[in-house]
This record gives sequence, structure tokens and C-alpha cells, in this order.
Amino acid sequence: MAVTAQTRLDAHRLRADFPYLEELFNAKPVAFLDSAASTQKPRQVLDTMRDFYEHSYANIHRGVYRLAVEATAGYEGAREKVRRFVNADSTREIVFTRNATEALNLVAYAWGLDNLGPGDVVVITELEHHSNFVPWQYIAKRTGASFAHIPIDDLGELQLDSLDGIAASGNVKVVANNLVSNSLGTINPVEKLAEWAHHQGAIMVVDAAQAAPHRAVDVQALGCDFLAFSSHKLCGPSGVGALWGRRELLEEMSPFNLGGEMIRSVRLDQTSWNELPYKFEAGTPAIAEAVGFGAALDYVTEIGLDAIARHEHELTAYALERLAEVEGLVAYGPPADRRAGIISFNLGEIHPHDVAQVLDWEGVAVRAGHHCTQPLMNRLGVAATTRASFYLYTVPEEIDRLVEGLHKVRKALG
Amino acid sequence: MSEFDQLYREVILDHYKNPRGHGLLEDPGAQAEGQNPLCGDEVSIYVSFREDGDTIDEVKFSGRGCAISQAATSMLTELVQGRSATEVAALPKDDLLDEIGIPLTPVRLKCALLGLSTLKLALHKAKGTPLPSEWAGSSNDLDLR
Repeated sequence: MAVTAQTRLDAHRLRADFPYLEELFNAKPVAFLDSAASTQKPRQVLDTMRDFYEHSYANIHRGVYRLAVEATAGYEGAREKVRRFVNADSTREIVFTRNATEALNLVAYAWGLDNLGPGDVVVITELEHHSNFVPWQYIAKRTGASFAHIPIDDLGELQLDSLDGIAASGNVKVVANNLVSNSLGTINPVEKLAEWAHHQGAIMVVDAAQAAPHRAVDVQALGCDFLAFSSHKLCGPSGVGALWGRRELLEEMSPFNLGGEMIRSVRLDQTSWNELPYKFEAGTPAIAEAVGFGAALDYVTEIGLDAIARHEHELTAYALERLAEVEGLVAYGPPADRRAGIISFNLGEIHPHDVAQVLDWEGVAVRAGHHCTQPLMNRLGVAATTRASFYLYTVPEEIDRLVEGLHKVRKALG
Repeated sequence: MSEFDQLYREVILDHYKNPRGHGLLEDPGAQAEGQNPLCGDEVSIYVSFREDGDTIDEVKFSGRGCAISQAATSMLTELVQGRSATEVAALPKDDLLDEIGIPLTPVRLKCALLGLSTLKLALHKAKGTPLPSEWAGSSNDLDLR
């Protein structure tokens, strides 16, 4: 792709959109380097939600009065924005969920319980987030299917030469993988895996929670069957996420949650399900949050996903270079050009919680722990890592402050 | 024209108060029940065919619903009489909406289209015409009977 001026973003300018980034701690703004866990929220999203609550809010779908019609239009308008964002064919294929985790559970339960059994194999990877790992492990156990994993190499990239062995071990029915690893930032070859999965007669389930904020996600180009992501990781509110699924699969599936809205009719001895996507949306959803989700999609789309990806690659390359100056620091994962803006590292024998604690006193917010990827931590041979992650509002000065802070950590605890 | 007059225009009220095709058909050639999950409206549709087995001779309906759904279904029974099953299965919803001729919000649109969607379901069951998309996926409904 030709790099033009339009594909660059101005992080310093964008920071003015984020109220939290203007707050001072010890006369300095906090270097917020935990966007992979959840991003800060721009005024454009906050204002949209406030305006919606003040002027357009009512419960949706059944109301005949104007306000309910307006609220429904806002909610369904957000569904159309999600459809466009992932390049889906139809809004019938877009199900609002609480978050990516619930979307993945929906697939594991509603598809898995009816389609898996002894002799079948569920395939995940060694660097899955627990959200795309535990539901499949659990449903495999419940149905008698076996549970296989694709291992990673020392750079944290999938070892695809393991696929033949996995195919020989049984009837592969599901391949589940994150497009971007939340711990290492690895961008995984989902297109290749989807092709392999379909060759095995399996479905391809993509956890895009970490990918959707950082690069363009196109379900047609990925060739997957289900894709899940969350609003809160791309400048939107928490409490809402989305599942895209191929229509014919969603139609065949049993419901997941049961109750209001997802029914067509209820009798004492018989209940029929509502049409897509409502079959999977039981109960009053997060209405204003969905509208905020839509505003967040507008916000990142206007900046441009390519510009965001490029910004992150540049920051990551800079951070890896600067972190290498810190004595005793080990950074995990692939080179900058094959990862999103996420860096996990350890500083000698100092526990990540202590690293993060001292950094906090310096006004640098990072995450410490296993990042919901314990199998990956075991593979790396560590209990935990410190993780710094970047987003569209991250500036190189914040990485400088991280590095200065790490020197202090080393002096104090090393 | 007031909003009331716009929505409940004379022809709508006429079809609502004097529905055409209201009632049952003995031994129908096609039949289905439909529900509007938004308000609980229900409609049963009965179809009889001419000797060729394809041309719709008569459509009748029973059930309960709002003025819009009852009037729209009443108009539908007239609209499809004498047409072939295949043609009606592919009937664009706008053909019926043009007939109704009033502005409808998305919720009321569901009311207006309940009869048509149920008629298409009946034709699908009896003649194997394509299933309208709003009925897809109902194969795994819960049935304790």
C-alpha cells in the first residue's frame, strides 16, 4: 500500500479528544499504556451517549411512540455501523453481545453443544486469551470432543507445521484463534487457518477483540465463519460487543440466552424463536452503549484503521528499540512489523506487579499479570509479564517515560 | 391532514371494520400461522388453489391484531387472488405497502407485513416456494408437545 500523508495520524492532536489524557498527576499527564485492556474514551463517544440518554432514550423494538422509534433507530443504526465495519453482508448477521467473551461463549454453547461429539477435535492455539480457550475446553469436555492446540515458536508465532498432526488425530470441527494476541501482539495468519479449517470441514472462529481496534477487519477477506469483538477496546463504552456469524450457521443454531425479545411466540408447551439477529438478543440490551459503540466505530474509521495500524507499528518499533537499552529486560513476541501495539516483557527477576507498582508512582500505567493467557505464560516459562500497550493517542514521549521508569525500577529493586 | 387521518385513512378503517377474506377455509391447500413478536399479534392464513394447483383461488385469515395488521391482511387477500403461488412467494413487500399507502415506522411495518410473511410461509410449506428470510432458522424451535 502506498504510504500517503492521509494514512498518518496526529496523536498529539487526537489526545485533545480524550478528557482523561488532559488530567495531571504530579503536574504531568499519566502515560496510559494499558489500552489493550481497555481504551480511554473520546468526547465524541461520550457526547453521543449523553445526548442519546437525554433526548432519545426509551426501551427499544416494541414501543409504538416516537421516542421508542427513535431509540430503536439509534440501536439499529449502530448495528449497521458494525456491519459496515466488518464488511458483513447483512445486519441479520450482527448480534450485539455484552463483549467479545460473551460472543465467543455464544458460539461455543449454541453451535458447539449441537455439533460436537466424540471423535471430533476442537483446535485452539497456545496464545489464545482465556475467552477463546476456556469456553472451547469446557464444551469439548461436555460433548466428548477432544481439545488440541497449535503450539507457538520462540517468537510467539503459530507453528503451522503442527496442523497435519492435528488433522490426523480426529475429525476437526472447530478452529478458534485470535487475530491479534492480547499478550504478545502477534498478528496471526487467520486467513490461512480459515482455509485449512474449511478444508477439514471445520468452522473458523475468530477472536478479533484485540485486532478490531488496530487494523481493518474484513470478514469476507478473512474467510472466517464467526468473528467476535468488543466496543471498549476501540474507544467505545464497556458492556457491549458484537458477534458476526455466517447467516446459514446462525439460522441453524439454537439460541443461547432465553427470555424477552428472542421469541416469536410462547405457549405453555411450545416456544418459537425470533428471526435473526434477535434470536440471540435476549432481554433489554445495552442500548445507549450500542449507540456509543457506533460512535466509536465512526471515530476510529474517520481516523482510519490503516493510519492507526501504522502509528502502532511505529510506536512498537520505537519502544522495542528503547526497551533494549534497559539492562536485564527481556521482551517477548515477534518483530514490530508482525505485531500490533502490545509489548510484554520482564525485567530480570523483578516481579511484574512490583514493576507496575513503581511505574505507577512515576505516572506510567501498565498492566502486570498473566493477561488471561496462562497457557502462553507456561510456554514462555514465566508466571507473569509486564505489558505496555499503545493506541491512537499514544505518543513517543510516553514510551520515553516508561523507559525512564524502568531504569528507576531496576535501581530500586534490581 | 392530521396524523390520525394519515395513518388510519378511510380505506384502512374500512378494511379493518369490514375485513375481506376474514374466516376459515375447510380443507385448505396451504395454511400457516404467524406471530408478530413485537406485539403478540397472531394470524392464521388459509389458501385454496384452482384446479391447476398453482393459481390462488382464495385466501382467508383469522386471528387478532391491530388495525394496521388486520387491514393489511385484508387487502392482501384481494391483492393475491388469481395469482400463481410462485409469483406471490416472490411478491415484493412494496407491492403491498403501496396498496396500504400510509407512512409506517419500523414497528408498524412489522404489523403491516405479518399477513404477507405468513402467506409466504404457507406457500413454502405447501408448494416448496422459497422460505421468506424472516422465517429462516425456526427449525429448532422448542416443542414439548
